[in-house]
Amino acid sequence: MTTTASRRPQKVSFRDRLLRLAGAVTTPLLPGDYLDLVAPLRAGAPLRGRILAVRPETRDAATVVIQPGRGWQGHLPGQYVRLGVDVDGVRQWRAYSVTSAPGAADGRITVTVKAIPDGKVSNHLVRRVRPGTIVQLDQAQGDFVVPAATPGRVLFLTAGSGITPVMGMLRAGLPDRADVVLVHSAPTRDDVIFGQELRALAARGVLRLVERHTDTDGLLGVHELAGLVPDHLDRETWACGPVGMLDAVEGYWESNGLVDRLHTERFRPTVITPGEGGTVTFTGAGVTVEADGATPILDAGEQAGVLMPSGCRMGICFGCVVPLREGAVRDLRNGDLTTAVPGDGVLVQTCVSAAAGTCDIEL
Amino acid sequence: MTVIQKKADHPIAHLTAADIEIIGKELDAIRDRVIADRGERDARYIRKVIKTQRTLEISSRAVLLFSLFPPAWIVGTAGLAVAKILDNMEIGHNVLHGQWDWMRDPKIHSTTWDWDHVSPPEQWKHSHNELHHRYTNVLGKDNDLGYGIMRVDEDQPWHPMYLGQPFYNFVNACFFEYGIAAYDLELGNNLKNGKHKDPAFRARARAVGRKIRRQVLKDYVLHPLLSGPSFLSTLAATFTANLIRNLWSHSVIMCGHFPNGVETFEKTSIEGETRGEWYLRQMLGSANISGSRLLHIMTGNLSYQIEHHLFPDLPSNRYQEIAPQVRALFDRYGLKYTTGPLPKQVASAWWKVIRLSLPNRRADRRQPVAPAPLVSSGTA
Repeated sequence: MTTTASRRPQKVSFRDRLLRLAGAVTTPLLPGDYLDLVAPLRAGAPLRGRILAVRPETRDAATVVIQPGRGWQGHLPGQYVRLGVDVDGVRQWRAYSVTSAPGAADGRITVTVKAIPDGKVSNHLVRRVRPGTIVQLDQAQGDFVVPAATPGRVLFLTAGSGITPVMGMLRAGLPDRADVVLVHSAPTRDDVIFGQELRALAARGVLRLVERHTDTDGLLGVHELAGLVPDHLDRETWACGPVGMLDAVEGYWESNGLVDRLHTERFRPTVITPGEGGTVTFTGAGVTVEADGATPILDAGEQAGVLMPSGCRMGICFGCVVPLREGAVRDLRNGDLTTAVPGDGVLVQTCVSAAAGTCDIEL
Repeated sequence: MTVIQKKADHPIAHLTAADIEIIGKELDAIRDRVIADRGERDARYIRKVIKTQRTLEISSRAVLLFSLFPPAWIVGTAGLAVAKILDNMEIGHNVLHGQWDWMRDPKIHSTTWDWDHVSPPEQWKHSHNELHHRYTNVLGKDNDLGYGIMRVDEDQPWHPMYLGQPFYNFVNACFFEYGIAAYDLELGNNLKNGKHKDPAFRARARAVGRKIRRQVLKDYVLHPLLSGPSFLSTLAATFTANLIRNLWSHSVIMCGHFPNGVETFEKTSIEGETRGEWYLRQMLGSANISGSRLLHIMTGNLSYQIEHHLFPDLPSNRYQEIAPQVRALFDRYGLKYTTGPLPKQVASAWWKVIRLSLPNRRADRRQPVAPAPLVSSGTA
């Protein structure tokens, strides 16, 4: 068989032509910039959501009801969504588990947020945000989900706001015959997020609920599980909670050779600990250098032969701005710290920023 | 204006090096206070200005679809001119300065912004943010002094070419956005030095060409075509709006560094310049315009040119708030805070353009002393 390599004629659809024409009329803006004024949630817009209501759950947790934009592709029970929220005028991205069941008729989703001490975004969402506010969204992601073939025996091991992805799964409904145990820790009975709903589920026999109130009973140790749920190691287990708890749980399941049966969710995979100076990696150039806390990243990069964009070298022209993918930098003029984790979209001026710990610069 | 070092009454002779560093520290403190307080109120401000600009632009263009009807022509043209001025000044200039980068909104950021102007943002940011703001009013370094085509300082040597500068300045004012694009491209120099074949220059020239094409297509072809029978009157309207925007921005920008009272500096004076000395040069090298809140917004707060030059990256809505503190600092150190109403400042700048089109006696002949260093050391 012989074929002639022929270029497929580039078919430009009528819609594309129309869009291009509209773009020529609105240049330098895009037609979407004008549509955003009236329809920020329309199809084709960057994914956003409108906060419709904030319902208190406990003294420091609240459920945020969000109407996602038309581009929302839905979620699986247990998945999380990244929210870009403007706090004090600065866009901050955080991940929260979706606590509503998929496929609501009105298309709404909920996330449930617990205000943590000094938590910029969580406190803003729980206490200050007003209905009507537009937030940025990403599509739901995460593999902390129940597989299509639901196992017969399930253990959920949660603490604090770790209940949120599990609530998403419970609300989506597990098969009727599933044998579900939920062991949940919270400081007091009143601090149990979704306490009423969980107790009602337990009363209906949907699951067995073990509440641990740590203010009175102390933290739950992994070795106590044997007493609470004797067959815990035979169960497919999903665990979500603070880092210390997850470390203990993972170690325990590992020592029993049963890591396959354990699924965990960690919301803060990277902990940024700011210091003085650090290892700077220019991810595009593949160059890594050690920089002290007084050397601008611009100088460190140039000395290592990285082609750095630069300008005034005194912090006024913004000619050297590049993305800080991950890590912490310190402003050499006033000592202010800027930290970033992937997806935050943080840009820094390299001429007045020094490494304050390990940094990945996208360049 | 004569370079400061040659003046008989050297306006900073009374300051010691220590004074200058204290001034620098006080200005740093003003900056830190604004940054600590910067937040939601500021974000709301810029978003409101952007929303207003977009609403005004699209509604003015809609009205101009019926520009055959004279009231529609007048309303639409005025609205479009204001929209273009807001786009270029309070929004474009300031976003491209990075004044709003702290919000981390990728849609309002110096690295992504584009404006209703023929100079591509990348090139403008280089010539404006990097060169002009760093080398403000240094002869031979800051090309904003006369834009390379005019003589605006007694110490720039006279040439018969300058006889025509009142005329060039007027033409430049009418087509100011093209003047800026040519200036950002360093067109004159590059052509003169035969660098026009340099691939980097050609790439930049192509970028300007693309930008001009898009702007012209929008304002002079598509919008008139969409107006149907109003084709010609809409064409006249968009041309008029661009003309008004050009004349306005040219006037405001002339007031920033050309009026009487503004100082210029010698190239050698900035060698080893400290942060305090840099601040001092910005203080003396800029002039404000006094007026109403509306005037300040329409000038993109460049009416607070002094504050802008001290802190080019602070949000523009903050300049008027810190102006009293800055002015008090000028007073405390016996420095001249140059300001005046718009007509007076525009007249002052134009008078200089006209006056210096003719030769003058060079200042160094009047004052035959070696140039003093910027900071007269240890005279206190």
